Amino acid sequence: MTVSELKNKLALNVISMPDGEREVTGCYIGDLLSWVMGAASSGDAWITIMSNINIVAVAALCDTAAIILAEGVTVDENVKKTAEEKGINLLSSEKSAFILATELAECVA
Amino acid sequence: MAEAVRFHFDVDGNNFTMAGQASVEVKKSLRQLGISPETIRRVSVAMYEGEINMVIHAGGGTADVLVYENFIEIILADEGPGISNLELAMQEGFSTAPDNVRSLGFGAGMGLPNMKRYTDSMDIETALGKGTKITMRVNF
Repeated sequence: MTVSELKNKLALNVISMPDGEREVTGCYIGDLLSWVMGAASSGDAWITIMSNINIVAVAALCDTAAIILAEGVTVDENVKKTAEEKGINLLSSEKSAFILATELAECVA
Repeated sequence: MAEAVRFHFDVDGNNFTMAGQASVEVKKSLRQLGISPETIRRVSVAMYEGEINMVIHAGGGTADVLVYENFIEIILADEGPGISNLELAMQEGFSTAPDNVRSLGFGAGMGLPNMKRYTDSMDIETALGKGTKITMRVNF
């Protein structure tokens, strides 16, 4: 399923979606950035509540398909702008990481 | 040995928002050189962890990436306080990072272990009060 399709299916808010056609192949949940870098896979939708600018670099380095901010977390304009510039899909939701993951599991299974 | 392609970066010591710029640049450059995605990921994650370490602990430093025919060398050098107990620093979960750094999602004590995990060799030269130089190699 593509990021754009996932956005519709899970009713996610778009903060930045320069590559909506990117395929989502899995999911990783985590907030410690080094941990995420060690464990997230290319193509994962990365669910986090961390919202500082470094998430964009981590997503770029891990080649995740998208970042999904859970629990209504918002980002600064600067983060949004950087995500757009670096080609990083950044979405958000009011739902918890658990609910997002269960819904996501049905989409990528 | 054939001449290496070299990339050099200065890592700004006081700027968390800039940290990672060098790694993302390297990632882009390696892609242009036709290096495989898995190798690129290993190099750029190891380098990013090193960059973050230099920002947190050492007030910045320099990062050099040398691309040879079948391996990539990453050299990170700083003039920070040095690492007082290398054995502890290499343990997953051990960290001396301050709370403000932890609130950004760093300081989990995974930096050096990740760098080791992602590279084929890692050599650390450190001297208290003088600085640290880390040389990592990723074969491909």
